[in-house]
Amino acid sequence: MILNGLVREARNREIVGAYGDLARYQWGVYDSIQNEWAIYRQFGWYHRGLKAFVPFSGMKAFFVCIFKRRMMNMSKGRFGIHGGQYIPETLMNAVIELEEAYDRFKNDPEFIAELDNLLNNYAGRPSLLYYAKKMTKDLGGAKIYLKREDLNHTGSHKINNVLGQIILAKRMGKTRIIAETGAGQHGVATATAAALMGMECEIYMGKEDTDRQALNVFRMKLLGAKVHEVTSGTQTLKDAVNETMREWTQRVKDTHYVLGSVMGPHPFPTIVRDFQSIIGREVKQQMLEKEGRLPDAVMACVGGGSNAMGLFYDFIKDDTVRLIGCEAAGYGVNTDKTAATMATGRVGIFHGMKSYFCQDKDGQIAPVYSISAGLDYPGVGPEHANLRDMGRAEYVPVTDDEAVEAFEYLSRTEGIIPAIESAHAVAYAKKLAPTMSQDQIMVICLSGRGDKDVAAMARYKGVQIYE
Amino acid sequence: MSNLQQVFANGKAFIPFITAGDPSIEITEQLVLEMAKAGADLIEIGIPFSDPVAEGPVIQAADYRALSGGVTTDKIFTMMRRIRNSCNVPIAFMTYVNPIFTYGTDKFMKNCQETGIDAIIVPDVPYEERDELMPFCLKYNVNLISMIAPTSRNRIRMITNEAQGFIYCVSSMGVTGVRQEIGNDVEKMIKIVKEVKDIPCAIGFGISTLEQAAQMAKFADGVIVGSAIIKIVEQYGEDCVPHVVEYVRMMKNAI
Repeated sequence: MILNGLVREARNREIVGAYGDLARYQWGVYDSIQNEWAIYRQFGWYHRGLKAFVPFSGMKAFFVCIFKRRMMNMSKGRFGIHGGQYIPETLMNAVIELEEAYDRFKNDPEFIAELDNLLNNYAGRPSLLYYAKKMTKDLGGAKIYLKREDLNHTGSHKINNVLGQIILAKRMGKTRIIAETGAGQHGVATATAAALMGMECEIYMGKEDTDRQALNVFRMKLLGAKVHEVTSGTQTLKDAVNETMREWTQRVKDTHYVLGSVMGPHPFPTIVRDFQSIIGREVKQQMLEKEGRLPDAVMACVGGGSNAMGLFYDFIKDDTVRLIGCEAAGYGVNTDKTAATMATGRVGIFHGMKSYFCQDKDGQIAPVYSISAGLDYPGVGPEHANLRDMGRAEYVPVTDDEAVEAFEYLSRTEGIIPAIESAHAVAYAKKLAPTMSQDQIMVICLSGRGDKDVAAMARYKGVQIYE
Repeated sequence: MSNLQQVFANGKAFIPFITAGDPSIEITEQLVLEMAKAGADLIEIGIPFSDPVAEGPVIQAADYRALSGGVTTDKIFTMMRRIRNSCNVPIAFMTYVNPIFTYGTDKFMKNCQETGIDAIIVPDVPYEERDELMPFCLKYNVNLISMIAPTSRNRIRMITNEAQGFIYCVSSMGVTGVRQEIGNDVEKMIKIVKEVKDIPCAIGFGISTLEQAAQMAKFADGVIVGSAIIKIVEQYGEDCVPHVVEYVRMMKNAI
């Protein structure tokens, strides 16, 4: 029965007869089809005696199967060749249980009602879609809208995912929450939701980041979380993820790892994307109300890529909408002080997923750099990697200098201080808008607010102030 | 494959782990040769990785020292060729999937075959992802070692069914490193494995003392020791060889 259901779902999504239409097949399809047989069954049947796959008609279908099997690589949570579950055996049952729980609760009316209630009455959703009139006029091109995720409770989009994962964890009977954080935005959101839900909370943060985001460290402590300074490796976000994974293998029974981005092993990229996809759904609805049509381009900053994936997801099917991810290029993509994974990385396997990573020829993960602690990550979420492979989304590098300039520009022009992460998207919008015509529309996701960055910005400008 | 069977033919197997290039590739070479003479039945050589998520602080530091010293995958294969001129001891590589994938899985396994690597242990490739490596392991006749952990429960049978060479039993939760006490989950795990098929089981993670090794050897076919040896290497640096050899001899006698 279940298999039939899956096959039907697959048909609905137009896989059947889609030999040439691999693109359509690739996105968003087999991440939702958990059983590969659902796909095999369309082309033939498995002969128990022969222990072989017997195609219905001709070899073409057979080769298609083999090809698709290769593409899927037999495992779950694939986006094209990317994704998967490359984690130690100790954690396998934990991610399987998480996947089962998520599949059980994601359509459960009570779960949805609880999450909606928290999003609307606690986090302050829906967030505004604001027409940046002055900026539009100043740049003299496309009409610019800002999606104000910075107005959410805790000051960023991170709360969308955290609330979802924490009420899921609670239903799974977990009592303790651990999380990594880069800029501290995800850590603060996690500590907040854990306080609200009465759960024990421990946050792992690189030593370099605890120094440059000292205010967020104190916020987390204020919210009752324990903050661990991570001193291994490069002492940034990547090492915080390593340490949180190690802690999870140590104590997996009562503990849920609230991963903060669309990365890591399946099912995390899917879960985080689903919880963040509210951003894009709201943008679409708000845009239809305000302009009566879809935007021409939507853009967001990309580290692991959660706010970008949340914004993009509902627009993937809309071919007329350009999807643009803005990566942190640090000093520039031609220097070794960069975090622009799409521009400088290669396909690899790390942190539980196959995707693009900054690495050397021996597969050692490269130390990366960006002024922004939240984008200072050597990888990118697997679904982004696939959107890039398919040519559906574009990824552009933005340097520190450009981001800082945009940070100041938006503050002065619109009276909105963006997070330095979000300023990367603003910086690229400043370049792109004048090249577009005045009847075109773009949406920039302001993933977070910039209060946390003010002291660092002052230091960048040579003014020694500390929070 | 016969080389790997010989590991468990000589009583309980003692399997030491060292990180290649810690403190230098020359010392690693000496360690392998001398540990083989001292009675090591299989030697596990770690190819260092920048972000070893399954390792505790001791092996993390060893990986860091090795990489800082400039060791590369090619240098490790070159070392293996030299070792194979004079020494026949079974050897397994322990590393993470990215160094293999980025080096080129086909080329990596081909080199393994050429340099007489009998098995590879890759902690971030679980059962579900084994197709990433398995086709190449089969092509070049390198055993891909399966791991089972205290959380594996219902998965043990499935993993054992497809396992080859031996099974690496993770003694306890968490990452590698010396532990005071090791729980008794592992005995039950091995019992389930043996119900499925007769395949050797080696226990790793946390074992350091003679008593622990003897205790584990009562129900396992082999004992893997890593962090305790790396600590000796860390302490004595370039002069570590006689100290490690002494430790290996004592451990082999204890089990």
